[in-house]
Amino acid sequence: MSIPVLNVPGWAAGVTAVLLLLGSGLAFTGCLGLLRLSRFYDRMHAPTLGTTLGIGSVLIASMLFFSVLQARPVLHEILIAILMVVTTPITLTLLARAALYRDRSEDDPDVPPMIGKQRMHSLQEGEVFVQEEEQDRGQALLDE
Amino acid sequence: MMATFLSWSIMISQILLALAMACASYRVLWGPRAQDRVLALDTLYVNASILLLTFGIRTGSNLYFDAALIIALLGFVSTAALAKFLMRGEVIE
Repeated sequence: MSIPVLNVPGWAAGVTAVLLLLGSGLAFTGCLGLLRLSRFYDRMHAPTLGTTLGIGSVLIASMLFFSVLQARPVLHEILIAILMVVTTPITLTLLARAALYRDRSEDDPDVPPMIGKQRMHSLQEGEVFVQEEEQDRGQALLDE
Repeated sequence: MMATFLSWSIMISQILLALAMACASYRVLWGPRAQDRVLALDTLYVNASILLLTFGIRTGSNLYFDAALIIALLGFVSTAALAKFLMRGEVIE
């Protein structure tokens, strides 16, 4: 079809083709999950299939293809791999926290309540209890 | 023989990536809530990056790699900014 594909040896072409099919298949599966899953927190897991192994195998395929084509090690695809590995958890954590905040502020019954608030509440109850105890002790002293 | 297999698999993977981008853009357009749209936009950026890499393998040109790198960078920045906006209601405080 196109000319540069014909210039690589057979084994490199075969490995590149398999890695390309694997990567794009994983990306497609992830996007299908994004389309089909029902809740947002389920949907969040699906596209990470494409952002980790999907783009990883396409990057390995690209590295192998260009290294064989240009007869020198071509490694600059590692930049995208490092970028993806570093940034995907950050963005998805930020997005999940934002979604959780939005759901909690609308009192959605499906999301768990905030832990910090519970702890503060129990602490306040404890303080009240301690104060009552002190009052009792003061009352006992007064009675004596 | 192997070159034919490679050119066919490049075409099949481009079709799969186009279908994946169609699924993601469905979520961008009709996602029930704002966070679905932001997640789908992030996925769309990643798929565009993979698609540019396959175009680079198809044409044997190094130019597409730079475009894929820029798209991956911009995808991170835009998703982080949009998540901040969903959390706080403003991007820069």
